[in-house]
Amino acid sequence: MNIAVLAKLVPDLVEELTIDSAGAKLDLAFARYIINELDDHAIEQGILLKERFGGQVTVVVPEGDGADDVLFTAAAKGADRLLKLTGFSPDIGNTRALAQHCSEIIRELKPDLVLTGVQAHNDLDGSLGSLVAGLLELPYVGYVSGVAIQNGAASVRKEYPGGLIAEFDVTLPAVLGIQAAEQPPRYVAVSKVRQTMKTATIESMPASAGASAPLLTISRMYKPEAAQHATMLAGSPEEVAAQLIGIFKELGVL
Amino acid sequence: MGNDVCVVIEHLRGQVSDISYVMLAAARGLAESSGGKVLAILLGHGAQDLAQDLLADEVLYADHPELTDFTPDAYEAVLVQLLGEKQPRAILLGHTSIGTDVAGTLSVRLKLPLVSSCRQITSDGKYVSQICGGKIMAEGELPVPASVVTMTPGGYKPEQGRGSARPEVTAIQPPPLTPMRTKLAKYIEPAGGDVDISKESLLIAVGRGIQNQDNISLAEELAKTLGGVVCGSRPVVDQAWLASSRLVGKSGKHVKPKIYLALGISGAPEHTEAISDSDVIIAVNTDPSAPIFDIARYGAEADILDVLPSLTEQIKQLRG
Amino acid sequence: MNTTSTMPKHEYYDAMLHAVDRGERLRLCLECGNCSGICPFGQVMVYPPSRLIAMLRADRFETVLKTDALWMCVSCYACTEFCPSQIPLTAGLMARTKEELLLSGNVPTELQAALSNSQRYGNPLGQSPRKRADWAAGITPEIQVLAKTRQAVQVLWFVGDYASYHPRVQAASRALAGLLNLLGVSFGILGPEESSDGDSQRLAGERGLFETLADKNGKAFSKYQFETIMTADPHAYNALKNEYPRLGITYPVQHYTEFLAERLEQLTPLMTREIQSKITFHDACYLGRANHVFEPPRNLLRAIPGAELVEMSHNRSNSLCCGGGGGGMWLDGFQWEKAHVRLSELRVREALAAGASILAVGCPYETPRFEDAVKTAQRESELKVRDIAELLAESIGIREGVL
Repeated sequence: MNIAVLAKLVPDLVEELTIDSAGAKLDLAFARYIINELDDHAIEQGILLKERFGGQVTVVVPEGDGADDVLFTAAAKGADRLLKLTGFSPDIGNTRALAQHCSEIIRELKPDLVLTGVQAHNDLDGSLGSLVAGLLELPYVGYVSGVAIQNGAASVRKEYPGGLIAEFDVTLPAVLGIQAAEQPPRYVAVSKVRQTMKTATIESMPASAGASAPLLTISRMYKPEAAQHATMLAGSPEEVAAQLIGIFKELGVL
Repeated sequence: MGNDVCVVIEHLRGQVSDISYVMLAAARGLAESSGGKVLAILLGHGAQDLAQDLLADEVLYADHPELTDFTPDAYEAVLVQLLGEKQPRAILLGHTSIGTDVAGTLSVRLKLPLVSSCRQITSDGKYVSQICGGKIMAEGELPVPASVVTMTPGGYKPEQGRGSARPEVTAIQPPPLTPMRTKLAKYIEPAGGDVDISKESLLIAVGRGIQNQDNISLAEELAKTLGGVVCGSRPVVDQAWLASSRLVGKSGKHVKPKIYLALGISGAPEHTEAISDSDVIIAVNTDPSAPIFDIARYGAEADILDVLPSLTEQIKQLRG
Repeated sequence: MNTTSTMPKHEYYDAMLHAVDRGERLRLCLECGNCSGICPFGQVMVYPPSRLIAMLRADRFETVLKTDALWMCVSCYACTEFCPSQIPLTAGLMARTKEELLLSGNVPTELQAALSNSQRYGNPLGQSPRKRADWAAGITPEIQVLAKTRQAVQVLWFVGDYASYHPRVQAASRALAGLLNLLGVSFGILGPEESSDGDSQRLAGERGLFETLADKNGKAFSKYQFETIMTADPHAYNALKNEYPRLGITYPVQHYTEFLAERLEQLTPLMTREIQSKITFHDACYLGRANHVFEPPRNLLRAIPGAELVEMSHNRSNSLCCGGGGGGMWLDGFQWEKAHVRLSELRVREALAAGASILAVGCPYETPRFEDAVKTAQRESELKVRDIAELLAESIGIREGVL
């Protein structure tokens, strides 16, 4: 089973996000980057499938702050090939271009399965997986939280609202947008990642020229003005609890 | 190029989902300013009755056994052919498990830009999207002459997209729909026998802030003392600290309680879209900038692990 | 069972012998069982130290790696303290075993987040490093963050994770800041440049992470001029005193109780308000048993007017652990499921049995842990938990770090 996983890094929301003075882009001076959580799940799902059905896992990450770490960590978990897309910076609004570059890489790899997170929090012009599937004319199913392979086809569990699940049979090769791996992404010891850095190699895949301009323009970015902000209760936890009881009484619950 | 706005209606197990009505409301303004019509696109099998309260100028209905349930391939095949012919100003899909499955392919096959997570389309043709966990709004020109848009709830009320008169329904011939690479094998119902949180009036919801499975008992103590049912956001259910029947959110249940107590929940859009119909939301979180405080009526910047036991204790004392 | 006639590999055994300083003393184990007997969670650990050594010697370590009960070890140093062969059990055997468990993927999910956060944000709580000095806002005179002031100071105050970010412990930090200001001490903090000391993570099996964190701290230290390091965190104290020098990072270091006890003559006349209570002191494992600092905290408490110092039945080197070390701070749910007893609750009951109405502590893990335990034991009206700095500040009249 040849599996390719597409992963990207996004601004870490633990840090306060600020908008630059021009007002149409994020001020990235203090932004820290973290792997898109759902891509981390995609890597985990890929490794699980390899452990179960054998084969190779190739992880593709665009270059940037933290990209090497993501790749080496994936290798420490069991990924076989590490590819770094160079010459292209993913940003809000250029996922389409990223998808074009990833598609070229996938065309060469010819995997049976392409996994990627079903979305990233900074997606504005669509999700990577669905765009790659469109460009490669491959079947695509998103919101996947379970994958099994039988008779050369994939059986996937797709999530609908209300906890409803739909089981789909998907011919391979296919692209899947992962919502959750079957188990939370595993932990890898720092020493293991360090060791992997000595033995694993990252191959650079330069982005081809052309078609890198976003099709989407952003004229303004701003923080949502709350129509109303909550009335904040102050004091110690005990005082807050007492005030909550007051509110419950008003609302007729107590 | 056309001026019409096409809305791809979403339905699941015989019911049109709320997002469809939200999209019809969004389509209205754009259609008016571009001088076109709102065309609802309904795909199904024996599903024409679902058209009856769609607020649209016309419903284009394709009937085929392969369209009984949503499958990405079948929807794509019909939509690419239909929308390729119609060439509308905009194509609206839900930012959901259904809409996002086809939006990417549609935008590629029709060679149109795609705008996602869109909450609102302004009358002067701008998209307004909410990204980065709900913390950032992005605005821009809705690309001309045509765009594909995936819409999230929040900008319009479903009532604004419901009509009182049955719209005109035009049958359209779908293209051949076999073989399909994606086939629905079966539905798997959520674990039954558990309480239906969407019918509860007092919900005690826990998020990442509960920190571990052990602490869920604090919420359960409160539920026993105050009344109400414990539910949770995605991180809690993913770790199996609560059954999946208790998941509140985009992939879980949509709830409409009298009181929604959001404990240690940050308020990302995937969660808040499912609680916006609550009468009163009360949020407790250690992060004062958590988006949940923008939709809560009352809030407290505090640690739920301290507030919960104190609250339970004080209620017990009150009751004597 | 291995019935072939080839020599046992003893791969793991050799590794253990070389894991730490004096690790070869493992060979001298008498299987007396002292360690397993005194271990606070020995009864649920399946392979407490003596049994673990037996498994190693029998080349059956792989069986041990399949169980997760070893994560119950809270690295309290009791086994090390009472081993007649003086084997470095805690830092050697137990920490090294956890390393192997980690490498084999056998680690409770609860713990993973704390380790990932430590690596990513420099603190196990997952808070932004930029907010590490926020606790000091509003204190006058203003606390010096060395990156901003770039002044030479006498004391570098290594604040620590929980003392920086945990709301309950921040109060103790502010109290200590007030005391230092009052004494006219020239001090500064690293603020956002400070990373977790890494000691608990090291003892939880993440040696690689410990070295990364120590390296960062070492680089930060080398940028500034100061004479000594002072910390209120016994875990940081242990790391800075005993582990960082092995990595070439060597500075004199004191626990804040040692630092203040040296200045008792200055402090005593300022303590004008009485605290009429029986106070008992909990010896933190890393301050007391592991580093033998027993008297300075007691000297400080004895100096408080109106206070009567009483001892719990376990004190000084046989003190009972609060359960937070070696990863235990991040394994609450796991510990409860396995043992159905909270070590912190046992200790709190001991404090009450000693007749105390105040349980005094000198470690940032303990204030929240013991306060939680007092609540679970439902004895809030009888026992208060206070950091020594808070008690001194109360007696002097300092509030929120200001006199």
